[in-house]
Amino acid sequence: MKLGSLTRQLGLAALALLVVAACGSSSTSAGTTDWSKQASASAGGGMAALVAAAKAEGQLNVIALPPDWANYGAVISGFTAKYGITVNSANPNGSSQDEVNAFDGTPNAPDVVDVGQAVALANTAKFAPYEVATWGDIPAGAKEPTGLWFNDYGGYMGIGYDSSKVPAITSVSDLLGAAFKSKVALSGDPTKSNQGLNGVIMAAVANGGSLDDISKGVAFFHQLKQAGNYVPVVGTSATVKAGQTPVLFEWDYLSASHGKDVSTWKIFVPSSAIIGGYYSQAINNAAPHPAAARLWEEYLYSDAGQNLWLKGGARPVRMSAMTTAGTIDTTAAAALPAVNGTPLVPTGAQTSAASQYVVANWTAAVS
Amino acid sequence: MTAAGNPAVTPARPTRGGRFTVTWVGVVPFFVYVGLFLLLPTAIIVVGSFTDPKGGFSLANFQGINKPYMLKSFQQSLIISAISAGAGAIFGSLLAYAVVTGNPNGILRRAVMSASGVLAQFGGVALAFAFIATLGTIGFVTEFLLNHGIDIFHNGVWLYETPGLILIYVYFQIPLMLLVFLPALDGLRPQWREAAESLGGSTWHYWRYVAGPLLAPSFLGCTLLLFANAFSAYATAAALLTQGGVLVPLQIQALITSETEAAQPGLAQALALAMIIIVVIVMSLYALLQRRTSRWLR
Repeated sequence: MKLGSLTRQLGLAALALLVVAACGSSSTSAGTTDWSKQASASAGGGMAALVAAAKAEGQLNVIALPPDWANYGAVISGFTAKYGITVNSANPNGSSQDEVNAFDGTPNAPDVVDVGQAVALANTAKFAPYEVATWGDIPAGAKEPTGLWFNDYGGYMGIGYDSSKVPAITSVSDLLGAAFKSKVALSGDPTKSNQGLNGVIMAAVANGGSLDDISKGVAFFHQLKQAGNYVPVVGTSATVKAGQTPVLFEWDYLSASHGKDVSTWKIFVPSSAIIGGYYSQAINNAAPHPAAARLWEEYLYSDAGQNLWLKGGARPVRMSAMTTAGTIDTTAAAALPAVNGTPLVPTGAQTSAASQYVVANWTAAVS
Repeated sequence: MTAAGNPAVTPARPTRGGRFTVTWVGVVPFFVYVGLFLLLPTAIIVVGSFTDPKGGFSLANFQGINKPYMLKSFQQSLIISAISAGAGAIFGSLLAYAVVTGNPNGILRRAVMSASGVLAQFGGVALAFAFIATLGTIGFVTEFLLNHGIDIFHNGVWLYETPGLILIYVYFQIPLMLLVFLPALDGLRPQWREAAESLGGSTWHYWRYVAGPLLAPSFLGCTLLLFANAFSAYATAAALLTQGGVLVPLQIQALITSETEAAQPGLAQALALAMIIIVVIVMSLYALLQRRTSRWLR
């Protein structure tokens, strides 16, 4: 079917070229500002002008945003309620790479993407620079200097578990015990998923490895497999609800969302291995709805948008600035899982090296 | 995206008429379709697999295949396809023989044929889900047996490994074998058996010297078809094995969608080309055997 979709995309691309060629001239003469060229709201005439232009476009294409991921469902409906713009959400369970692969030049291409670090770094040529109004609140290390991508929300790698099915987890090595037979899963395939890879990195650090030496993490999953405890299923809300993956390596903010399905769901973040990770926003430089794309970023980085991440259990990137300013949702902030210790955040180079090791050794370790 | 291929259908021999132009127009849609959805994608894969990321000619993608984990996935794919084809061929042909010996217009034959027609196409996500719901870690059969003291996953969750894939593939291989092998069995004329018996031959002689040699090419050909069917199946495995690229199609998927390092579409296309070559070889053998069979069984 990959073949079929490739040709379909070629066909759509050809069609899109015709459509773009046909209406390209009319759209530039109608609007006063070409938002696809604006690197901030003020550069294009201010927020009011951006809102007006975005409302005129009326649509926003997003991709790979599961409604239960970091509260995206509420974020999307909040955006639609505030600005009256329809959000077209494609392929909610896609990967970061799927998002960029969908930049096909058609009117259905995503306007904005939410991607892991590796994909953000590898695809800057496809993104448009943009600085949101609250740009100064984003720490320098958490954004590309010109605004090609900027971190938005993140959290720590944790082990979520159903406390009614397994004993309380106090260390990663507990998982090798007999009580965890056929119960332990990852929330992504580490050979291709950022989240799955960070689960293996966490296991590595907890077992005497480091961000530079992930081999101990792969060895740990090999031991899990030998013990009959590893379940080779990608954990999702559905598998947790069904009870198929009662112990799941996952970002803590995503794991928190299982509480609504499984009331006995708990999250363990090992103090010896706190692995942090952020997801980044970026704008397609050929966005079909350039103004709506920019307004979406403004919304995500507004106080309201950032507090929505926090309600979903994720740590918004402006958290420290908002705490200082007193605009943070203190109830939601207090509900975050307690973490004692210093978080480690893998660099792009460390993630890439870890990924190459996992690709070469994972299948042999767990099959 | 069904996992099972279509059973081979032998078209009626076209009659060569004088009005060539009119008959030719009729097949244009077919050739356009084949061109767009078979030949064009194949051409894209061939070109892409010899292209480096900068657009120049390169053999690097094929060197990428020569890594232990890639070769392992080819090995796994071939093993799973071969075993599921072998098991499907044996059980499917026995079932077909049972059907053939019955009343040709009877209810048994019609029921089995209809069921096989449906089940041979019952692959993909639905089939994987059916097995997860019955034999998965929390499937109802698993739970039932566990409550009666039998832990089928005592030594690990084999459903998500090679044995599980073989079991699931056999589920659609047997009915497919029945469908493609039945015409060959139907072609065995009772008169041949009578002839053998009237000449003093035993049942063994009949099978050894008459039916066996007649059916062997067809049986082998159908087995090859089953092999290709399993080798190219993607959706069933993808839905079942969400973790780890055990098979070649899953490796291709990983290379296209990976978010942890730069995706490698060129290598994915090289893998696809390798698969195409294997399937072409298998299907050519199948065609040769079918031609041999059709000489006798019409």
